[in-house]
Amino acid sequence: MADLTTEFLGIKSPNPFWLASAPPTDKEYNVRRAYEAGWGGVVWKTLGAEGPPVVNVNGPRYGAIYGADRRLLGLNNIELITDRPLQTNLEEITRVKKDYPDRALIVSIMVPCDEESWKAILPMVEATGADGIELNFGCPHGMAERGMGSAVGQVPEYITMVTEWCKQYYSKPVIVKLTPNITDIRRPAQAAFAGNADAVSLINTINSITSVNLDMMSPEPMIDGKGTHGGYCGPAVKPIALNMVAEIARDPVTHGKPISAIGGITTWRDAAEFMVMGAGNVQVCTAAMTYGFRVVQEMISGLSQWMDEKGYTSTADFIGAAVPNVVDWKDLNLNYISKAKIDQDACIKCGRCYAACEDTSHQAIWMKEDRVFEVNDAECVACNLCVDVCPIEGCITMERVAPGQVDLRTGKVVEEEYANWTMHPNNPMAVQAAE
Amino acid sequence: MANGHQASGVVAQRLAPEEIAANFSDLHAPLAPHEAAVAADRCYFCYDAPCVTACPTDIDIPMFIRQIQTGHPEAAAKTIFDQNILGGMCARVCPTETLCEQSCVRETAEGNPVEIGRLQRYATDQLMAAEVHPFSRAAATGKTVAVVGAGPAGLSCAHRLAMLGHDVTVFDARPKAGGLNEYGIAAYKSTEDFAAKEVEWLLKIGGITLEAGKSLGAELTLAALQADYDAVFLSIGLAGVNALRLAQEEMPGVLDAVAFIAELRQAEDKGALPVGRNVVVIGGGMTAIDVAVQAKLLGAENVTIAYRRDRAAMPASRFEQDLAASHGVKLMFNVMPTAILGDGAVTGIELEYTRIHDGRVTGTGEKLTLAADQIFKAIGQTLEGVPEGLAIVGGKLAVTGPGRTSLDGVWAGGDCASGGEDLTVTAVAEGRDAAMDIHSTLTSC
Ligand SMILES: Cc1cc2nc3c(=O)[nH]c(=O)nc-3n(C[C@H](O)[C@H](O)[C@H](O)COP(=O)(O)OP(=O)(O)OC[C@H]3O[C@@H](n4cnc5c(N)ncnc54)[C@H](O)[C@@H]3O)c2cc1C
Ligand SMILES: Cc1cc2nc3c(=O)[nH]c(=O)nc-3n(C[C@H](O)[C@H](O)[C@H](O)COP(=O)(O)O)c2cc1C
Ligand code: SF4
Repeated sequence: MADLTTEFLGIKSPNPFWLASAPPTDKEYNVRRAYEAGWGGVVWKTLGAEGPPVVNVNGPRYGAIYGADRRLLGLNNIELITDRPLQTNLEEITRVKKDYPDRALIVSIMVPCDEESWKAILPMVEATGADGIELNFGCPHGMAERGMGSAVGQVPEYITMVTEWCKQYYSKPVIVKLTPNITDIRRPAQAAFAGNADAVSLINTINSITSVNLDMMSPEPMIDGKGTHGGYCGPAVKPIALNMVAEIARDPVTHGKPISAIGGITTWRDAAEFMVMGAGNVQVCTAAMTYGFRVVQEMISGLSQWMDEKGYTSTADFIGAAVPNVVDWKDLNLNYISKAKIDQDACIKCGRCYAACEDTSHQAIWMKEDRVFEVNDAECVACNLCVDVCPIEGCITMERVAPGQVDLRTGKVVEEEYANWTMHPNNPMAVQAAE
Repeated sequence: MANGHQASGVVAQRLAPEEIAANFSDLHAPLAPHEAAVAADRCYFCYDAPCVTACPTDIDIPMFIRQIQTGHPEAAAKTIFDQNILGGMCARVCPTETLCEQSCVRETAEGNPVEIGRLQRYATDQLMAAEVHPFSRAAATGKTVAVVGAGPAGLSCAHRLAMLGHDVTVFDARPKAGGLNEYGIAAYKSTEDFAAKEVEWLLKIGGITLEAGKSLGAELTLAALQADYDAVFLSIGLAGVNALRLAQEEMPGVLDAVAFIAELRQAEDKGALPVGRNVVVIGGGMTAIDVAVQAKLLGAENVTIAYRRDRAAMPASRFEQDLAASHGVKLMFNVMPTAILGDGAVTGIELEYTRIHDGRVTGTGEKLTLAADQIFKAIGQTLEGVPEGLAIVGGKLAVTGPGRTSLDGVWAGGDCASGGEDLTVTAVAEGRDAAMDIHSTLTSC
């Protein structure tokens, strides 16, 4: 079994699986049990400034999106930061860290956007002995209305400013947690590193309304007939998070900087995908909230099995391995031509590929006698839709047309050489460059 | 005290009332809402779906399942009833394993089809429980149609005609409407008096007059019906039964399976029906299976089905065979009855082994004897009471296209008519299609 020990910002944990700052990490009881279940680290539920704690709503705070068999695909919440007194949290953090020196313990913080507030809380957090802090610039509901959370994360200048304060008043690693509720994730990431952040973590939750109650005409979750937008997380947000992590990993300004990935991570495979996309470790919230702490055991066994199969001996061996292959659209090889191919033995004759291609794509699938479905290479543009809607994995595949052969759709011989849009005659820029 | 399995002879009350009640409860329990959601989610919404082609009534199965998925089971039921007004009964009695579910692509893929039958029941139950009738009648056409036989074919035809604005009178020889739904289908398929409730619900369309206890050939003649009505639809099923052609066939203890089932279906107290300790059923179709299983459920100790061909040739589906076997019924293949044993009452049956020569069954000369105090004949029904002047083919009323008989103005469908399998759903389809043809004939001038 591969060794999963992972060092992130000099903080060692037995595996790269941390619990994200959220209800699973809101108190000593939970965190102790999470460590016992095998989690490599936790980011404590976000602490606020000293004084009376925030209050949460007393009605439902979650909404959900389901797949087949009520499988939870997306969760949305309107919970605020911890509603327990600061002192209680600090005492608990101190005790837990002392008892679990081999596990990572990061403290998430969100206080008003002024130097005094940060200067006040940071020494108290430092005194707990925790391994680092995470700045919650991401919470998109409630706290944002009070000028905190994503309200800070959406203004790069504020990010730099607060990060600088933290680096000034706190001696250990500072992670800046980013909000996805922005247009270009690279700007806030650059701003964090400009303020000397040690790492960024992302994503926090996405602004969302999961559903509307059509009897009450109110968004869900509904409280006394009203609802508000909340933060979306869980499997449904993974593709968005994955892209944002990739954008930061391949941005020349931030390339190679430490990233802690968050967003929909549910299995070992999700974790591996984020890590090859440049994340030094991963954080999990919804998967634990859906299945309990025990899920980490599948992540541990799955990741180490995959590492063994691939011959990786350390997580460092594969972190960032896929980043060089994330390119701009314009860099994709237009001379790479493929065609869909239907394996007649595997085909169960549902006809979904036919409906998809005939109604909404390129009319490239024939429906022949006895429900035999075949691809017409003269029409197939290799869009992959048939593959995506086919219920049988591996039944339809994309087969490359070898260089030297004729693409029946265009009638042209497939060229061996790589050629992209920048070189294409239809591109006005390319023509100009050639002239 | 119940008499138990081992009481000798043909006796009633072998089992306690609670056992009888449990034995005759639903064969397939209805789906609970979450089960229905899970089952519905498995549907792939196939293009030109094979299940629809396999359904004799062409129900838009992917569509109704999608309507269940999206939380509208009543709308799903409407989709079903549009094609098959007896969709509730069909959901219970169709041999889905040889129809829609056999052609489900998930059967091909995993040997585990979408549970179309149970989903159909889930949808239709919801709508019928609301006690509303989802259809209304078109403006009256002033035309009248006589339907003879109130089984699935007749009811389906009558409903469609009434919906299209015609006035329909349905005659039936029996005291209750429903045909074999009421008198023939196994009791554990149509529980809680479903057949009668379904007829009552169907008649809510209006425009249908039911005349029970009127027989074609006795109270009614075809000529009189033709004179009094604008069209006639015959759906008289198969009222006769085949004989074994053996000596002692009339001996007490030798029974016609269909009649026994009818008695069972009508019994207030099923336990009061006498059943043998050792029961032998001759036949290999659905009726043989049904009578054998129900004899078991009444408490018979040993029940054997004796079929003269091999398993592959058995008309009852593998599912039905396994159902019988799971109830402890013994299935014997390649045996035919040669003598009924007993003196005054049946004590046994002599069987001869068979082999098939050029499709014909011949005896091998080797024989065996089974103890039997009750023998059920389940070797097929025959057409009876056909009025003069109608062409017959293969023992059934000859029809062309949508149920046109050899006489102008007379249509026929269901078991009594040629073509199609003898199934409830086929009868419904034929009744409906004949109604559409009658309608276009009556409204085109
Ligand atoms: C025991 C048994 C079990 C079966 N189980 C199944 C099953 O599980 N699934 C399935 O799909 N199919 C089953 N079938 C077959 C199915 O019941 C028939 O195919 C179907 O009922 C045929 O419908 P029908 O309307 O043509 O005839 P029937 O249902 O037979 O109705 C004919 C009606 O006509 C009336 N009638 C007859 N003669 C006259 C007359 N001279 N004058 C007036 N009225 C008359 C009868 O009283 C009856 O009401 C079974 C059949 C039997 C016998
Ligand atoms: C109920 C709930 C409360 C959360 N509270 C916080 C919080 O206090 N601080 C924070 O930084 N993120 C908070 N989050 C966001 C999570 O830490 C995480 O970024 C997000 O859920 C995406 O990860 P996931 O898809 O694994 O759930 C919260 C999420 C949920 C569901
Ligand atoms: S790849 Fe696209 S165009 Fe080609 S057959 Fe499939 S759906 Fe049609």
